[in-house]
Amino acid sequence: MIPSLASRHSWFEATARKRIAGLLDPGSFTEILPPAASTPSPHLAKLDLPGAFDDGIVIGCGQLEKQPIFIAAQEGQFIGGAVGEIHGAKLVGLLKRAVREKPAAVLLLIDSGGVRLHEANAGLIAISEIMRAVLATRAAGVPVLALIGGSCGAFGGMGIVAKLCSAILISEEGRLALSGPEVIETVAGVEEFDSKDRALVWRVTGGKHRYLMGDCAMLVEDDVSAFRAAATAFLADWQEPAPSVGLLRATQRQLENRLTAYGAYRDGLQIWAALGVTNPESVPLLDRDSLVALKEGLPT
Amino acid sequence: MEKLNFQFESVPALPAADPALCGVVGSGNLEILLNAGDAPNLCVVEIKTAARGFADTWQAVIGAFAAAHPAGGTRIAINDMGATPAVVSLRLAQALAEYQGGVQ
Repeated sequence: MIPSLASRHSWFEATARKRIAGLLDPGSFTEILPPAASTPSPHLAKLDLPGAFDDGIVIGCGQLEKQPIFIAAQEGQFIGGAVGEIHGAKLVGLLKRAVREKPAAVLLLIDSGGVRLHEANAGLIAISEIMRAVLATRAAGVPVLALIGGSCGAFGGMGIVAKLCSAILISEEGRLALSGPEVIETVAGVEEFDSKDRALVWRVTGGKHRYLMGDCAMLVEDDVSAFRAAATAFLADWQEPAPSVGLLRATQRQLENRLTAYGAYRDGLQIWAALGVTNPESVPLLDRDSLVALKEGLPT
Repeated sequence: MEKLNFQFESVPALPAADPALCGVVGSGNLEILLNAGDAPNLCVVEIKTAARGFADTWQAVIGAFAAAHPAGGTRIAINDMGATPAVVSLRLAQALAEYQGGVQ
């Protein structure tokens, strides 16, 4: 086997617990509400479905290059990483604690389709509480970083939460959007969006597209140590800005300009061409380093 | 969902301070939480499974595990999403190994 492959640990393939173990300094992680002390979802039990001891999210404290870090990781294999009442409460609790204790950062390892439909009302309330808590944490000067590269991506409410974070680090495998491809197809028809067309799904929601559009601060290889290196490098250079109306207005203007420029397009290929990429068909085949070089060479 | 409870006699396991967790409640998979139990010669098992009607299979698989491994003095809780008997056996062995010394 090629040594570089043997030593590689895919973020996409890893469970939530393996991601945390590989991301933080070895042995530094202390879980809050570990499985033996946690309660599975009462809503799932009422629907006669088995829950998970940790309700699909692992939260706790640890260190990244000796800096104190709070971390939460969603388990995409359990009901698509969807947010239920306990799942959401654990994340909100962690963020509230971050406001008090001010770690160097909070890392959100997002792998979620959004609200858990089995407990939709509680899940929707949980998402709004998470949104508020992310903003409160950032307002307290603590950066909140979203790491996206799991099989469920970041969709629905967790897509919104990701965009409220200080920054997003994403792999090519990662996806970020509001409504998921299947949802769009169900609501608006296959002519609007063909969710079976995986290449199209990635050209519209995938990590490379999000990075080219400036939605994500960094594009990262699908590798646990690459995510660790990226998070470390990002935090070393980052100073959380004080919240201001001016900053919000500037973002709003940017988004309006983006809608005017690209709103009529149907596919990432068209948008990349409009961005100034000379050979947009080549983008899906580029490796990570080549794509980063391509973005850095684009006209601004 | 079906809830099943079993207990089997088994050679005492090495007692450990911390519970062990392995697996994920995903399709064709299960999670196992292994805690210290009360009776040193008993392996007490509580199962919640999405697949109904497999009580005999569970009994056979866990009975074989308790006979082949020192699993006495443990309390095992399982959340299952349709794991096959082979996966269940592997996860049980993995959970016991991690419980007794963090062996992967």
